[in-house]
Amino acid sequence: MNCPYKIGVGPRNYAKLQWRIFHTLGPYCRGVLLYARETMSNQNPFKPVMLHDVDRKGYEPLAEYRARGGYKALEKVLTRVAPDDVTEIVKQSGLRGRGGAGFPAGVKWSFLPKGYQGPRYLVCNADEGEPGTCKDRPIMEKHPHLLLEGMAITCYAIKAKVAYIYVRGEYYTAIEVLEKAIDEAYKAGLLGKGILGKEFDLDIYVHPGAGAYICGEETALLDSLEGKRGYPRLKPPFPAVEGLYRRPTIINNVETLASIPSIIEKGPEWFRSLGREKSSGFKIYPVSGHVKRPGNYEVPMKTTLRQLIYDHAGGIRNDRKLKAIIPGGISTQVLTPDSLDAIADFEGIAEAGSLLGSAGIIVMDETVCMVWVAMKLSRFYHHESCGQCTPCREGTAWIRKIMERMERGQGRPEEIDLLLDLCHKINARSICPLGDGATPCIISTIQHFRHEYEQHISMGRCPFRSTEAH
Amino acid sequence: MMLREQKAKAVEKILKRYPDRRSAIIPLLWLVQRTAGYVTPDGITEVAEITGVTLTQVQEIVSFYTMFHQKPVGRYLISVCDNISCSLLGAEQLVEHLEGRLGIRAGETTANGLFSLQTVECLGACNMAPVMIINETLYPNLTTEKIDQILKNCT
Ligand SMILES: Cc1cc2nc3c(=O)[nH]c(=O)nc-3n(C[C@H](O)[C@H](O)[C@H](O)COP(=O)(O)O)c2cc1C
Ligand code: SF4
Ligand code: FES
Repeated sequence: MNCPYKIGVGPRNYAKLQWRIFHTLGPYCRGVLLYARETMSNQNPFKPVMLHDVDRKGYEPLAEYRARGGYKALEKVLTRVAPDDVTEIVKQSGLRGRGGAGFPAGVKWSFLPKGYQGPRYLVCNADEGEPGTCKDRPIMEKHPHLLLEGMAITCYAIKAKVAYIYVRGEYYTAIEVLEKAIDEAYKAGLLGKGILGKEFDLDIYVHPGAGAYICGEETALLDSLEGKRGYPRLKPPFPAVEGLYRRPTIINNVETLASIPSIIEKGPEWFRSLGREKSSGFKIYPVSGHVKRPGNYEVPMKTTLRQLIYDHAGGIRNDRKLKAIIPGGISTQVLTPDSLDAIADFEGIAEAGSLLGSAGIIVMDETVCMVWVAMKLSRFYHHESCGQCTPCREGTAWIRKIMERMERGQGRPEEIDLLLDLCHKINARSICPLGDGATPCIISTIQHFRHEYEQHISMGRCPFRSTEAH
Repeated sequence: MMLREQKAKAVEKILKRYPDRRSAIIPLLWLVQRTAGYVTPDGITEVAEITGVTLTQVQEIVSFYTMFHQKPVGRYLISVCDNISCSLLGAEQLVEHLEGRLGIRAGETTANGLFSLQTVECLGACNMAPVMIINETLYPNLTTEKIDQILKNCT
């Protein structure tokens, strides 16, 4: 049948069709529809900030970013807000670091030594390597100027004149886009000397990594940036006191910095209102694994795991049953469906028995063998341990060996407790948190799925795979 | 003498970014690898000279960071992510498929020097899993059919 309005499909025509149908309705029906639309939009007033129009082709160039109010927040602080007051606003907003540890950003900035006259640095951590995490990539690839503006505001607040973006080497597109955006910003007087005609100088440089998960750890990152192997340093001294080139340095994650312009623009109260008392604002949740719509979802931090997995990511693929959730990148404890109603913020996930970490949510359905998962992850940590500390270096190697045998069905009953013992010997006995991060996947899979370990041992093979050994 | 002759401007630009030349080691090694296809012994010597450090200090970097190759790799370097999000969606089978198609194991290069295959850790593209990178291009949402199509275009 031909379309009576001579229009085909496609979003614009669809809107036209809706409009025509709308106007054939009586005033009462129209009123009801308008009311419904109004209340629905009120319930969900939050519009993505960092993932705005994220499916666009290519990045948002400077002109477009400015046309929708970009760099207004920078202009505002340069003309009307003193540096320390910017720090105060960020403190009030309650913004917590988005790189994994959740340390309040404004508080970190205020640790810089007062009255220090020498150079100081801002380093943006764009080494995104925690498996399950893919949220910084779209910010850099699509909205590089949002990150640059956030960095400029931060540098103004902390009085840094030089900033580096340490981008992992595999992010070719992000590196290219950032370099282009930086060029645009220099040409427009938004970087360099006398920014926006004010007494504020700033240079931002991109520094590529070259493949090492450990360089995401902030002090390893600094060593790497100094042209050394990425070995984590003992703290204290903390980087805010002695960081890059032994100068005071602030290190923040991409998403943390990209949240700053909207806080300046809309105010700390607005930011706070989007979350709960101790976890304010909005953030990006990458959801991957067995969901119908894997993706990055930027939502207020009041959102529950259930909403993220079922509403945003569409629920479990092939309508299978949900078995397990890793809520914040692989260094966090595995949760079971019992925790679905936990609010996905720092406190909510901690109450459920895990950590928000990088917020990378990995969803696993009933077909997944949890011993296999733990084995895969143990390989990762063994591979990525930098080898400085004996418990981490030797412990991850042993865990991997035992896990590989366990998954093949060649484990021994006493080895389940041996694994736990090994984990406890690594925890809190290493220089950096990588060692501590290697154990939650083992401990929590044993805690929730011990019977699967036992089955592997009693059956002499992985119960989830066909009979032949693999 | 490759860098200083052929890439003088790029070298200059890199050095200007840092108060300490040593920081330029990784970016300069990238420049060597992009130009020569891998990190050549000459390249290492030159990077050491430019940054004023010892050969060992550069070699130490090359061996620590997994993206630097000390031997030539195939014209197409295929890096398949086999970490958890990708493996949940079949990355291990994709690696087997690639091994079968190319007649090599992960970590090897085909005899004609066209393809190298390796598995890598999470590429930060878990929302598009399973994924692989060929040289500098990311291929999302892979299936065996897609891989066959992509390989056909690699000649
Ligand atoms: C092994 C390891 C890897 C890490 N990887 C990253 C990373 O890729 N990106 C990141 O922002 N933070 C990472 N972190 C956290 C950083 O050390 C640091 O806490 C963070 O960059 C601080 O920024 P924020 O306060 O804005 O979150 C990692 C930490 C550890 C221990
Ligand atoms: S805990 Fe592991 S990764 Fe961290 S410094 Fe020690 S050995 Fe290196
Ligand atoms: S696990 Fe494959 S890209 Fe993250």
